[in-house]
Amino acid sequence: MSTRLQNGGRLIDRAKPLSFTFNGKPVQGYEGDTLASALLGQNRMMVGRSFKYHRPRGLVASGAEEPNGLVGLGEGARFEPNQRLTTTELFGGAVTQSQNHWPSLEFDVGAINDRLARFLPAGFYYKTFMYPRAAWKHVFEPIIRRSAGLGKVPQGRDADRYEYAYAFADLVIVGGGIAGLCAALAAGRQGKRVWLIEQTAHWGGRAVVDGAEIDGKDAETWVRETLQALEGMENVTLRTRTMASGLYDHGYLLAYERVADHTPGDGRPRHRLWRLRAGQVVTATGAIERTLSFAGNDIPGVMLASAVRDYVVNWAVSPGDRTVIVTNNDDAYRTALALLDAGLIVPAVIDARPEARGELPGAVRARGVRVLEGHGVARVKGGKRVTGVSTCIQAGEGAELETIACDAVAMSGGWSPVVHLWSHCGGKLIWDEGGAMFRPDPSRPATGADGAAMVTAIGAANGVLDAAGVLADAHKAAGGKGKAPQATAKPETPVLPVWIMPQGAGPALRAKMWLDPQNDVKVSDVQLAAREGYESVEHTKRYTTLGMATDQGKISNINGLAVLSDALHRPIPETGTTTFRPPYTPISLGAIAGEARGEVFQPLRKTPMHDWHAANGAHWEPVGLWRRVYCYRRPGEGTHDAVNREIRQVRNSVGLLDASTLGKILVSGPDAGRFLDMLYTNMMSTLKIGKCRYGLMCSENGFLSDDGVVVRLNEDTWLCHTTTGGAERIHGWMEDWLQCEWWDWKVYTANVTEQYAQVAIAGPNARKLLEKLGGMDLSKETLAFMEWREGTLGGCRARVHRISFSGELSFEVAVPASEGRAFWEALMAAGEEFAVAPYGTEAMHIMRAEKGFIMIGDETDGTVIPQDLNLEWAISRKKDDYLGKRAQQRSYMASPDRWKLVGLETLDGSVIPDGAYVVADGVNANGQRNVQGRVTSTYYSPTLNKGIAMGLVKHGPDRMGEVVEFPVGDGKVVKARIVDQVFYDKQGEKQNV
Amino acid sequence: MSKAVSALGGVSHKGFVDVAEAGQRGMITVRGDLGSAAMKKAVKAAVGTAVPAPRRIELAGEKGAAWMSPDELLILVPYAEAVATVEVLERALGKEHHLVADVSDARAVFRIKGAKAREVLMKLCPVDFETLAEGEIRRTRAAQVAAAFWKSAPEEYTLVSFRSVAGYVMALLEVSARAGSELNLG
Repeated sequence: MSTRLQNGGRLIDRAKPLSFTFNGKPVQGYEGDTLASALLGQNRMMVGRSFKYHRPRGLVASGAEEPNGLVGLGEGARFEPNQRLTTTELFGGAVTQSQNHWPSLEFDVGAINDRLARFLPAGFYYKTFMYPRAAWKHVFEPIIRRSAGLGKVPQGRDADRYEYAYAFADLVIVGGGIAGLCAALAAGRQGKRVWLIEQTAHWGGRAVVDGAEIDGKDAETWVRETLQALEGMENVTLRTRTMASGLYDHGYLLAYERVADHTPGDGRPRHRLWRLRAGQVVTATGAIERTLSFAGNDIPGVMLASAVRDYVVNWAVSPGDRTVIVTNNDDAYRTALALLDAGLIVPAVIDARPEARGELPGAVRARGVRVLEGHGVARVKGGKRVTGVSTCIQAGEGAELETIACDAVAMSGGWSPVVHLWSHCGGKLIWDEGGAMFRPDPSRPATGADGAAMVTAIGAANGVLDAAGVLADAHKAAGGKGKAPQATAKPETPVLPVWIMPQGAGPALRAKMWLDPQNDVKVSDVQLAAREGYESVEHTKRYTTLGMATDQGKISNINGLAVLSDALHRPIPETGTTTFRPPYTPISLGAIAGEARGEVFQPLRKTPMHDWHAANGAHWEPVGLWRRVYCYRRPGEGTHDAVNREIRQVRNSVGLLDASTLGKILVSGPDAGRFLDMLYTNMMSTLKIGKCRYGLMCSENGFLSDDGVVVRLNEDTWLCHTTTGGAERIHGWMEDWLQCEWWDWKVYTANVTEQYAQVAIAGPNARKLLEKLGGMDLSKETLAFMEWREGTLGGCRARVHRISFSGELSFEVAVPASEGRAFWEALMAAGEEFAVAPYGTEAMHIMRAEKGFIMIGDETDGTVIPQDLNLEWAISRKKDDYLGKRAQQRSYMASPDRWKLVGLETLDGSVIPDGAYVVADGVNANGQRNVQGRVTSTYYSPTLNKGIAMGLVKHGPDRMGEVVEFPVGDGKVVKARIVDQVFYDKQGEKQNV
Repeated sequence: MSKAVSALGGVSHKGFVDVAEAGQRGMITVRGDLGSAAMKKAVKAAVGTAVPAPRRIELAGEKGAAWMSPDELLILVPYAEAVATVEVLERALGKEHHLVADVSDARAVFRIKGAKAREVLMKLCPVDFETLAEGEIRRTRAAQVAAAFWKSAPEEYTLVSFRSVAGYVMALLEVSARAGSELNLG
């Protein structure tokens, strides 16, 4: 059994016990524990079930590479699934739940899959697609869907907050082991701006556990002193709990800081995503130990050798009284020594190498431990926990020689440098035959904008595994002056590549050798994939799901591709690796969203009168990032009723519309008239000062893009009104033409949309209302239709335009935005005798439709030209050119067969559904009914008491009076007569008073 | 003019630094040839400073001139003086090709004040504060919207955004300045 040792534990504080729960049962640990070390300390080795076969799963590793130790952590609004036990710092009151089992971790119905393993081979999922065809839909899909996904989905809103932070550095060093510290010191002394980040809460990495000696001090002391030196440097930034998630072009590095994971609910942001811009990146990310593939290597109690000594040294946790070591290298002997130093028993070291005669094996032998050279594990005994191992000859087929009782197995298959960051931006790898590992190829690094190397790998991440070599490598890479720190450690003899143990293992054993314990991918699965024709490692990965689990195959990928290479009889470098993609370990969606939630999820643009609207029954609609008022609902009033009331109010008396969102762009300069003549289809250069003109803008492809009223302010200056959604786009469009095409034209533009609050005052009483405010003569004689004047209205600086989108007598008044609210309230107060009321965008839309005015986005959709909308009157024939002119002359654009705008009046007075099509005879090549037109705007008109619509119909204007049909579903057809599009006051008598 | 109010009415929040809407400020967009003698004269007449060099802001008390782009300046004056300053600029620029527009009401101004003021902005703006020179104005973004800021006092930044998003910007500043979320960069 695993237990807490009486002494030691460099990271824990025994004076600070903490309690938490695992599957509802209380567990005790200490401050400094991870959830993993605390659970192990209380003999909780089995922590979950595997994904496919629901086999018992125990802790394998002690860090980010852990494949099995995943739990649901927290409760309610702080619940999160798939939290890694080995990287989650213990905090008091933590609530953890193991995953992927029912009804309980100990007894799991899903474990039946394990018995059915031979019916669930590699690629089982894909095979279910194939035969019989009907089985996928009716049998497999429902079952697979139910069993898919690991962990429970959090419900409700996340209680925590998250944020971004931007930072810049000459050099970002990733990894706070001795390599990273050494490089930071060297670079810091050169005055460079250095960031050193470490994913765990502690500095020093492996060296402090493995016990190197640096510059005559033990590693722990050297690390402490180096940190003190770094803390004293203003140009060096140190951050723990910060994981470099991904490296992108131009030195853009995402670093994930777990600010408050270990102190939940303390008010701090839970995670912070650093968006670092690095001149150079140094990866000092260390290496990850590999598993060995022997039968039963997935049974709880089989762990990585490095993890075993981490638990002993860091947290004073013994994984078992008797631990057998299985290895192909010298490093694992350090685990034997650590166990012996802790007073535990190492019954044997099983070494696959024919000879183990290095200093480390010698030291272990000297402590009286049996070293079995040239041996392997034939089989691990046990079910939910290791009970022993049987040995065999590594060169043989697995005949069992002897059984050694033990309660833990520490395995080491060698080390794989962590090359993820190196690879993210295109850094290449080479196969290091001697080290049996892929390591960064220094001649093919990821390059920056200047074509030079952007990333440098150092230390173990560079394939240098001995402390002395690590420091020399780090010092040199960071351009360190003088001598590198000197380390002494016991020399190591070479590793022997071992991909299957024993090498001649038959099918029965191979089917029990796990490569990927989370996703249940075994040696036999990869071999099956090879037999079925999978040659690419990328395909094999997807077919078998090798390395596709939440640990992304950190301990399993190299073993898997080695087995694949062996099955295909080709060298490992020819097989290559799968692609390393960010994030290095999963990061929270909250961190990716940053601060953007709730009120700051998205910018909300507000007009100066926004708060008044909100306080007066506004029913909002989004228009771009603005909120505009759709209608103002009075108590007890429905939306539809409110809209109709607002329209009647305008038609009968006077109403107010907040039109502040309309785009307003100043265009000024000696060439401004010429410029606007190119931008608009009609003439703007001839517009007289004091006058307004409606204009159309087209794209260079001839399609109608925006419309609005243009105002000539003075000799050189025009003010162009755009649609609400068009303001920024049209301003950009103008600048594009001015900066890229007509750069020699003397024209300046300025987007002054937000400078003004703009109010439409519309209705028969509009003039009377404005006259009550006083300050300007707004009589018909002084201010005729389509004119504007500036003055002071009700004490506000105002520009009054006499324009109408409703068909009524109407003024649009622009005042400085700061005075908008006051002006609006003054209008409401002065209008009391006319029962003035605000109206929203829907009333505006209906009133313009009653008048037959088009709306960009309703009558246009990017395929409609002004001629389709009978707007020839707004297209100048005198001009040589305007944007879109040539396109509109092309044969298809000029065709008389284009659908054209007409009014549509239903025979029964009903409202045609939006988007309905006018059908024609026959069907098209796809068997669909032919069509000859469609509705573009359709409303109930409270003014006319019936449904009205506009639409585009083939030869429409030539077919006045004809009745066309709109199928509206359920076999029903609405009939409508083609009529003039102007339903209300065709002569314009109402607006011209 | 007494009816004129800023977008948020001067709301403020206390966190690890103070953030506040700073009320109204006169702002005028000037486009033209920044190297011309007329521009030099106009800026001098309007605010008493030189034409700012690229990315610089020239301040003289309540007034100033900031470089916005190779052919655009932002003139800063007290709010009440904006209209008159527009006239001064128009007169001084005369027949030169130019554009002068009062944008005082199109903007919102914020103050971020405290020893760690920059840490609030570091969460929102992709700006390298270490290399941000004294007297520099930075046009950038604050999270999802356009913004510009400059260091207006030893421990204070002034940030300008569009008026319509004032509420969004204030909420960003408030959440970013909450106590406990210091970046602790020393």
